[in-house]
Amino acid sequence: MLELRALDVTYGGIRAVRGASLAVEARETVALVGANGAGKSSTLRAIARLHDAAGGDALFEGRSLLRLPPHALVRAGIALVPEGRGVFPRLTVAENLAMGAYWRSNKPAVAADLDEVHTHFPRLAERAGQLAGTLSGGEQQMLAIGRAMMSRPRLLLLDEPSMGLAPLMVQKIFEVIAALGREGMTILLVEQNARLALEVSQRAYVMESGEITHGGRSSDLLADPRVRAAYLGE
Amino acid sequence: METLLQQLINGLVQGSIYALVALGYTLVYGIMGLINFAHGEVVMIGALVALSVTGALTAAGLPLWLAGALGIAVAILTCMALGWSLERIAYRPLRHAPRLTPLITAIGMSIVLQNLAMMLWGRNYMQFPALFPKAAFSVGGAHFTAVQIIMVLTSAAMMIGLAFLVYRTRLGMAMRATAQNSQVAGLMGVNIDRVVAAAFVIGSALAAVAGVMVGAYYEIAHYQMGFMLGLKAFTAAVLGGIGNLGGAMAGGILLGLIEALGAGYIGDLTGGFLGSHYQDIFAFIVLIAVLVFRPAGLFGEKTGERA
Repeated sequence: MLELRALDVTYGGIRAVRGASLAVEARETVALVGANGAGKSSTLRAIARLHDAAGGDALFEGRSLLRLPPHALVRAGIALVPEGRGVFPRLTVAENLAMGAYWRSNKPAVAADLDEVHTHFPRLAERAGQLAGTLSGGEQQMLAIGRAMMSRPRLLLLDEPSMGLAPLMVQKIFEVIAALGREGMTILLVEQNARLALEVSQRAYVMESGEITHGGRSSDLLADPRVRAAYLGE
Repeated sequence: METLLQQLINGLVQGSIYALVALGYTLVYGIMGLINFAHGEVVMIGALVALSVTGALTAAGLPLWLAGALGIAVAILTCMALGWSLERIAYRPLRHAPRLTPLITAIGMSIVLQNLAMMLWGRNYMQFPALFPKAAFSVGGAHFTAVQIIMVLTSAAMMIGLAFLVYRTRLGMAMRATAQNSQVAGLMGVNIDRVVAAAFVIGSALAAVAGVMVGAYYEIAHYQMGFMLGLKAFTAAVLGGIGNLGGAMAGGILLGLIEALGAGYIGDLTGGFLGSHYQDIFAFIVLIAVLVFRPAGLFGEKTGERA
């Protein structure tokens, strides 16, 4: 469904991502793990067209993403939950969710999706009229994921969903990610917390200093002594 | 007491013009962080286009009310097209340039438009047609005219319309989202170019209305009429907190009142040393005071608010 071919991303002359190749098949949750600054988020930002790639290609359902204008991405079927959540602080929770469905015109379907988001995150229904900036970090992460769901993506990109959240909230967020995966959503998850990412995904890639060094089934990586030593603190 | 009431009325009328023009500055700033210094010139173009169209149509035998209405309509459409072109030609290519670059370009566009207007309309003051009834009223010793009432009501209606657009429509929601985080708004499928263009077009329509009202009020129009008005409206936007719509409205009215009261009392306060023709200094005293003591404006949020 998504395929990266030797993707290069540079930031101010620094090559943040070097020749990254990976694939995500339909209905699969794939994790991209690695240390801080390894190039995971840069990879995701290039796919989501927030940053221009310097070389290589990113194909979605066989079509190159790199020539699309950023606002065409959601229509192509891709939603990103950005690092740091990126909620609109002075829009209400309800308006933030409506922004997720901004490009859609089928009102009954949007209403049905809103119900579904509220089922996953009842807190968002309780706080519908509140400004998003007044929510806690965990609630903002719920809102960011809910907003992405409102755009009815076929591929969901998640950038560091656990960042800055209390352990209980991290658990709650990952339960929802796992549930979305079981419901058949295709997910590419970038996450520093390797254990959580490997537990929730079927396959994973490991990134080090801008390069993808190995990949495989998440359960195998969880058992790999090198991965355990480098990323699971053992 | 009579003077006070009179100055308050004058201030409210002048302030409603400042508010309309200030909204154009603040709309554009809120969305893209640019001070469009050519905005005052859009006001001027609006007044001059309305003047020419109304003049030509009355000369062709149309009644003044119809010629005036058509003149206003053409002025609004011309200014919308002008605002769109300004953004497309002058600012869009500089969207990712350092912030000083589009600012200097804006000043350049202001000069270009003034000179263009001078070439088209000449450098003389022109008689603006008296579009509105001249009826005068007086309450408690203070006088006001139908033109003033029409100006205040029109401004109020435009502001209510703008508030509805921004807070109750899909485009308005996209504009607010873009102002808060344009990258993420893009991820939601918002075409940022279109939202920015919409901000320019809407602000320019308000500017055209302001231009016609200023022309009809003073019954005079001139290629430089937008310059000082633009600076004062910018001051009003800064006073209210630039980027904040309610702030631009309040800042405009407040600046109008400060000016009127200042002009009304400066003679008494300085023992006749300074007369009411010094009224222009108040706007800039306000601007400097705000920038020194409260740079975010009266209703602005803390700096760094723009993501």
